[in-house]
Amino acid sequence: MLDVVWLIPALPLAGFLFILLFGRRLGDPKSGYFATAMVGASFVVTVGVFFDLLALDAEQRTHQVTRLFSWVPLAGRSIDLAFLADPLSITMCLFVTGIGSLIHLYAVGYMHGDPRFSKFFLYLNLFAFSMLMLVLGSNLLVTFLGWEGVGTCSYLLISFWHEKESAATAGKKAFVTNRVGDWGFMMAMFFAFWAVGSLDYSALGGAAGTIAQSAATAIVLFAFVGACGKSAQLPLYLWLPDAMEGPTPVSALIHAATMVTAGVFLMVRLSPLLSVAADYAGWIIAITGVATALFAATVAVAQNDIKKVLAYSTVSQLGFMFLAVGSGAYVAAIFHMVTHAFFKALLFLGSGSVIHGMHHEQDMRRMGALRALMPITAATFIIGWLAIAGVPPFAGFWSKDEILLFAYDKSPVLYFVALVTALLTAYYMTRQVIMVFFGKAQWHDAHEEHGAAGDFTPHESPKVMVAPLVILAGLSVVGGLIQLPFSDNLKRLEHWLEPVGEHHLSASADDLTYVLMAVAVVVSIAGIAASIMVYAKHKVKPIEPAILANAWGYDRAVSRFMGGPGRQVFADIVEIDTQVIDSLVNDTGAQIAAAAGQVRKLQSGNVRNYAAAIGVGVVLLLSWFVVVRGLL
Amino acid sequence: MIAIATPTTTWYLLLGAVLFAVGVVGVMVRRNPLVLFMCVELMLNAVNLTFVALAKKLDDIGGQTTVFFVMVVAAAEVVVGLGIIVAILRRRPNATTDDLAELKG
Repeated sequence: MLDVVWLIPALPLAGFLFILLFGRRLGDPKSGYFATAMVGASFVVTVGVFFDLLALDAEQRTHQVTRLFSWVPLAGRSIDLAFLADPLSITMCLFVTGIGSLIHLYAVGYMHGDPRFSKFFLYLNLFAFSMLMLVLGSNLLVTFLGWEGVGTCSYLLISFWHEKESAATAGKKAFVTNRVGDWGFMMAMFFAFWAVGSLDYSALGGAAGTIAQSAATAIVLFAFVGACGKSAQLPLYLWLPDAMEGPTPVSALIHAATMVTAGVFLMVRLSPLLSVAADYAGWIIAITGVATALFAATVAVAQNDIKKVLAYSTVSQLGFMFLAVGSGAYVAAIFHMVTHAFFKALLFLGSGSVIHGMHHEQDMRRMGALRALMPITAATFIIGWLAIAGVPPFAGFWSKDEILLFAYDKSPVLYFVALVTALLTAYYMTRQVIMVFFGKAQWHDAHEEHGAAGDFTPHESPKVMVAPLVILAGLSVVGGLIQLPFSDNLKRLEHWLEPVGEHHLSASADDLTYVLMAVAVVVSIAGIAASIMVYAKHKVKPIEPAILANAWGYDRAVSRFMGGPGRQVFADIVEIDTQVIDSLVNDTGAQIAAAAGQVRKLQSGNVRNYAAAIGVGVVLLLSWFVVVRGLL
Repeated sequence: MIAIATPTTTWYLLLGAVLFAVGVVGVMVRRNPLVLFMCVELMLNAVNLTFVALAKKLDDIGGQTTVFFVMVVAAAEVVVGLGIIVAILRRRPNATTDDLAELKG
C-alpha cells in the first residue's frame, strides 16, 4: 500500500470537505460518526503502509517518497509536494490516526447536543489532515504547511465556544504565541535553503557531513524556537494552559497527544543536523527541556482546575521529551511521545468524562468520591495515573526511565533535576486522583435534604465515551512493550526507527541501568506516598502557595511587559515604519506623479496643435533622412 | 507656335505636392471640423495621386495597389470620423475644433 500513502491525509481532507458541504444536513450525531470513519479509514491505510514498510529492508525504508506535483518550481532546486513514508513518519501517523479516531468517537458523545456539532467535526477533520501533512511531508515546506494548518485548527478549536470571552481570548493568545515560534521555523527554512539549497529531509540529512557547523547550529536552534512555540516550552509555554478553554476532546487530541508533540517530531527529523551542530545546541535544548519540566511540575502542584493540572503536566512531559532530544536520545523522545500520547489522551478524556458527569464543573475542590458513581472512568483514570507517575509495568515508566538514563549519561545534574520532576509528577497526579475520585464528596447530592437548587448526582458517561477510555487504558498498560531495556531484541522501537541516529550510552551509564531504574521506582513511590499522606490521610498540611498557582507570576509579568514597555517598543517600530519606510515609498510615487503632471500639459486637447506637432515631426524626420543619411 | 505641352510625370507630382500643401495649411488654419476633415482627405488623395504617377513612371503595379488600400482605409476612417463630427455638431451646431479641447482628460 506504499503507493497510496497520499490517502492517509486525503481521507480526513475528504471528510472535511464533505462535512463542509453537507455537515448541517447530516447533523448530530451522523456527521460525528462520519468524521470518525474518515480518520479510522486513514488509520487502516496507515496500518497497511506500516506492514509494507516492515516487509522492506531497513535501508530502503527511509527512501519511500511519493511525489504528487512540483509545488515551487525552481531551476534545479524545485520543492515538491511529496510524502515521505519512513519509520518515523509512519510511527507518528499510527498514533495520530489511531488515537485521533478514538478521540473523534469520544467527541461524538461529549459534544452531543452542542448547537455547532457538525462544525466541531469539520475542524477536527481539518486538524487531522493538517497534522498528517506535517508528519508525512518530505520537506520542510510541506511540514510547514501542516504546521500552520494545525496552528489554525488549534486556534479555531480553542475558541470554539467563542461566546465565552475567556475562550476567545485564549484562542488569540495561542495564535499570537505560536507566531513567535513560526518565525523561528521560517528562519530555519531560510537558513536550510541558503546553506543546503534544498528543503528535502533526505538532502538535509545528506548534507550533514559537509555543512558548516555554524550553519547546522543556526538551522537547529531556529527550528528549536519553532518547536518551543508549538510544543509549549519556556519561554513560549504560556498559551497551553489557557488552551484548556477548548472542549475537552480538543485538549486531549491537540493539546496533549498530537499537535504539541510536533516540535519534538521536528527536532527528531532534523537530528542528522543536530548531531553535527555545535555542542551547546544540544545543551540549550536539554536545559530548556528540563527547566520547563521542573517549572511546569511545580505549578501543577497548586492547580485546582482538573484540566489545568493536566495542561501543566503536559508541558512538563514535553519538557522531558526535549531533554531526551537534547541528550541525543531521539528514540527515547519518540518512545515517550507515543506512551505520553496514550496516557495523557486517556487522562484528558477521563477528565472530560468527569466534567461531563459533573455537569461542566471543573474545580477539583467540588469533586471527590466519584469512583463509586463513575466506576469505568475512575478505573481507567487510575491506570493513566499509574502510567504517568512512572509505576512499573505501566507504559510511562519505561519511556521516562529511558530518558532519565540518557540524561544521566549527558550530565548527572540534568538527571537530578529530571528526577525531582518525576517526584513532583507522581505527587501532583496522586493529588488529582485523590481529590477527584477519593475522599469526601464535595458536591451536593440531589437527594440530600439540604441540597441547594440545581443539585445533581454525577453519572457515568455514555458508552461511546467510555469505550475509547478502555482502549486507551489498555494501551497505557502495555505501551511499554514496544521498547524494553532488558535485551537488544526487546528494543523494538529502536530497531524499527533505525537509522534515526542515537548516541550509544557510555559503558558507565549502561552498567547503571538497573540501579537508575530502581531509583526511579523509589522516587515514584515516594511521590505517591507523600501525596497520600497530605491529601488522603491529612497528616501534613498541603503546601500550595499562591505563587505556584499563578505559575510563578510569569504569565502576569509577560502581560505587564507587553501591556507597558513592550507595547511602547512596538509603537516605536510602527512609527519608524510609517515615517521612514512608508514615506520612502510614498515619496517616490508622489515625485513620479508630479513629473507626470508636467508632461500632461502637452496634452492640450487642441487638434490643430497636434497636427502642427505631427507636421514639425515629419519635417524633422525628412531633413534627418536628407542631411544625415544622405538620401537624394 | 505654341507647342502642345504633353503632361509628364513631373506635372502630376507637382500637382500632388500642391494639393498636399493645401491640405496641410487647411488643417492648420481652419477651425470648422468638417472643413478640417476635408483637408485631411485632400492630403490623402494628394498622396494617392503621387503613388499612381510614380507607378506609371516606374512601371510598377505596387503603387497602384497601395492606392486601393489607402482608399479602403480612408473610407472606413470617413465613416467613423463623420459619425463623430455629425454627433458633435448636432449637440453644438457651431462648435469649432478649439471648443473640443475641453474633451481632454
